[in-house]
Amino acid sequence: MLNRYPLWKYLLIAFVVALGFVYSLPNLYPDDPAIQISGASSSTVLESAVLERAEKTLKEAGIAVKAAEGDEKTQLIRLQQADQQQLARSLIKDALGDDYVVALNLAPTTPDWLTAIGAYPMKLGLDLSGGVHFLLEVDTGRAVKQRLDIANSEIRAQLRQERLRYRTMPERADGARQLAFLDADARDAAERVITRENPDLLVETGEQGDLYVVSFGFSEQRIRELEDDAVRQNLTSIRNRVNELGVSEPLVQRQGRNNIVVQLPGVQDTAEAKRILGKTANLEFRLEALPNASRTSTESFPFRDERRPNALLERDIIITGDRVSSAQSNFDSESGQPQVNISLDSTGGKRMNDATRGNIGRAMAVLFIEQKPVTRVETRVVDGETVRVEVPGFREEKHIISLATIQSALGNQFRITGLNSVGEASELALLLRAGSLAAPMHFVEERTVGPSLGAENIKMGIDSTLMGLALIVMFMIVVYRVFGLLANIALTINLMLMLAMMSLFGATLTMPGIAGIVLTLGMAVDANVLVFSRIREEIKLGRPIQRAIHDGYDRAFISIFDGNITTLLVGVILFAVGTGPIKGFAVTLSIGILTSLFTAIMVTRSLVNLVYGGRRDLKKLNI
Amino acid sequence: MTDKTDEKIINFMRLRFIASFISIVLVVGSLVSLTTKGLNWGLDFTGGTLIELVYDKPVSTEGIREQLESSGYTDVVVQEFGSAQDVLVRMPGSDPGLAKELADQLSRQYEGNVKVKRVEFVGPQVGEQLREQGGLGMLLALGMVMLYIAFRFQFKFSVGAVLALAHDSVIAMGLFSVLGLQFDLTVLAAILALVGYSLNDTIIVYDRVRENFRKRRKGSPVEIINISLTQTLGRTLATSGTTLMVLMALFLFGGEMINGFASMMIAGVVVGTYSSIYIASNLLLYMNISREDLVVPVKEDEVDDRP
Repeated sequence: MLNRYPLWKYLLIAFVVALGFVYSLPNLYPDDPAIQISGASSSTVLESAVLERAEKTLKEAGIAVKAAEGDEKTQLIRLQQADQQQLARSLIKDALGDDYVVALNLAPTTPDWLTAIGAYPMKLGLDLSGGVHFLLEVDTGRAVKQRLDIANSEIRAQLRQERLRYRTMPERADGARQLAFLDADARDAAERVITRENPDLLVETGEQGDLYVVSFGFSEQRIRELEDDAVRQNLTSIRNRVNELGVSEPLVQRQGRNNIVVQLPGVQDTAEAKRILGKTANLEFRLEALPNASRTSTESFPFRDERRPNALLERDIIITGDRVSSAQSNFDSESGQPQVNISLDSTGGKRMNDATRGNIGRAMAVLFIEQKPVTRVETRVVDGETVRVEVPGFREEKHIISLATIQSALGNQFRITGLNSVGEASELALLLRAGSLAAPMHFVEERTVGPSLGAENIKMGIDSTLMGLALIVMFMIVVYRVFGLLANIALTINLMLMLAMMSLFGATLTMPGIAGIVLTLGMAVDANVLVFSRIREEIKLGRPIQRAIHDGYDRAFISIFDGNITTLLVGVILFAVGTGPIKGFAVTLSIGILTSLFTAIMVTRSLVNLVYGGRRDLKKLNI
Repeated sequence: MTDKTDEKIINFMRLRFIASFISIVLVVGSLVSLTTKGLNWGLDFTGGTLIELVYDKPVSTEGIREQLESSGYTDVVVQEFGSAQDVLVRMPGSDPGLAKELADQLSRQYEGNVKVKRVEFVGPQVGEQLREQGGLGMLLALGMVMLYIAFRFQFKFSVGAVLALAHDSVIAMGLFSVLGLQFDLTVLAAILALVGYSLNDTIIVYDRVRENFRKRRKGSPVEIINISLTQTLGRTLATSGTTLMVLMALFLFGGEMINGFASMMIAGVVVGTYSSIYIASNLLLYMNISREDLVVPVKEDEVDDRP
């Protein structure tokens, strides 16, 4: 018998290998450090003068520019050296002023013909590229509470409309709101109104002393929905804000129930990133209190510019910023004053209309709510000892950013006037546009990896991979001679295929990922070793050479299959339940098993077939 | 060359009781260390702040530790990171101000240039969440693996493989506990990789055992296992050899970030190789594996009730 593959099998193998070669190719082109310039607002056009100014600034500072490219919206200036990136950015930022967003970027250098067929280099994890990583926790409880506040305001308005007199009672321990009535009839009428107008509320009636009470809150399921919505909306808002930063390939991802991960590769200025992301701001629209309003229905707030005295606002919230669908800053055509044009979604528009219709001539305030980080010291008992622990926390600050007179009933579209400056108008528009948050967020985690550390990690990763590969190559040749050489060719193809698959799947390469690759190389040899030792055994048992090769592959296959499938099971489960580094490792491990199965069985077999397969006269095998 | 009888069968199982004893001592020792001393949980699990500093000259970590303690920083871990010029400081709490203060403090007390290379604040509850997920993943993986082996081989084999696996991971973790090496997420990944490796090793031996039980009419279980182990010895050594070589390359050249991973894997491969030879097959003997368990595949599900 002869060991031959049909032609289509050889062709298939050659095709896969060629494909692997092409798709692993982009990884050979390193990214250029670059500076990205874009307009601060979407309408800004980058004129050639702007670019010239930026390039002139760099030239004066002695920073070598490799190339500049882009269009009227975004421009990329590629630099020669990575360590000048930081300096270049601050220089350009100073030179151009606040009208432009100047951000760090890594520009790919992959040739066009490769990107045209969808071949891109692997993304590098933060540990390899450098950058910042934030983990934010969304205070979903707050979002639910806020929703209930709004519902509460609406219900009171509904009751007033129905001329049902109520008395506000303190919140119940579980957060449900309570209203008291003097007789059972009024209470039951109120219950009917509330249930009719607010189908998503859980309404209960009861008696407390001589009062008749209606309490309402959200159902468990509704709370979960609201929490989910809050996280999803925050996610969208953060995506928008990250886009404002102009970072290449940012990662904004939900993690678990109420966490959000943000990774900004290449960003070193955490303060700047935090400022933009950490605008964990929200907005509220409220009416200014009437002079004769009772103290319990009003609240006093300071202005943001601090020069103006506090203003008294109604406790009831008309809408919050998450109802804003778009916002633009421009100038009032008559007075020339800065203003912000706002569009609301349909629910928001209806509420705004209801609230403003009857209140023309009164003033409406836009409240800006910010979470300021603070650290407080707590005393805790740990292992029987009393220790002081620093707990990072947040303090909520509410400031009025605008207080303007309502000229007419407002609907879906209206404008906010009375803004102090163009800057204030554009910032308000930006905040509203970028989407205010549905719930406040806290920074739980922050990691910064320097770019030099990243470069060092890559170098060490490549060094150790090559070192490991060299050791295996020598070992295999010494132990298995010609077969060892064939196995080495297969191993190199395996490494190439792994890179190609990871690039194709858009996997992110991390340091543990590199470890996974290196480890897979070590283990990939196993399949070949199994086959080769089986062939040796068969020869020892006196089988004819071609038969021995055939049986060696056949018998070893069962062991290889069982062994690899179990390892693959582990890899897949790791991927499913793991996060971060574990996931990165699981990806490389699983991909490595698949590619090594292909190379160790198909590729070496085809090579062995090509070298030995056709020879009937084979007496001795160099194994 | 054409000798068809089995030449030179190594009597591995001669040492089976000694191996059992050694393994029991190691497992019990590891468990004792894990419960009393515990693991040196890294930042990923405990939360806190990590600051990587680069000095322009080699410094002593001992000196830095004393400096920090005299300035009132307690519970601070200072360790060398790759070279005597790179220092890693771990402290509880996640206040950016405090981390900056500490770095300032250190540069004030040092005549020369200190650069902060990396700062990480990590919340502990995230670590907990991951720990749970990691544990869950492990259990799930074990369950799936047991099912697969029971399906492909036989119930006794799946028990043997999983026990051998537990043996390997407990001992490798015990080693980390005894040496006080830092246990972070990459180390957890290493344990999971080691599960895969050790499993692969065990399965290949088991595969031979199964084959030999079916093929050979004669021979006691001990003999069959000895034959199988002898046949697979070359492969076992070659694979653990290449894997160890690669891991050594990672350990030596992969840098400090991958050090924990490499050490855990090296420990794991050594233990895994030992256990696939001595423990996994030994467990089969303790469970009274017999030809009847495997010879007729149709009857695989039947319980073997011989003594």
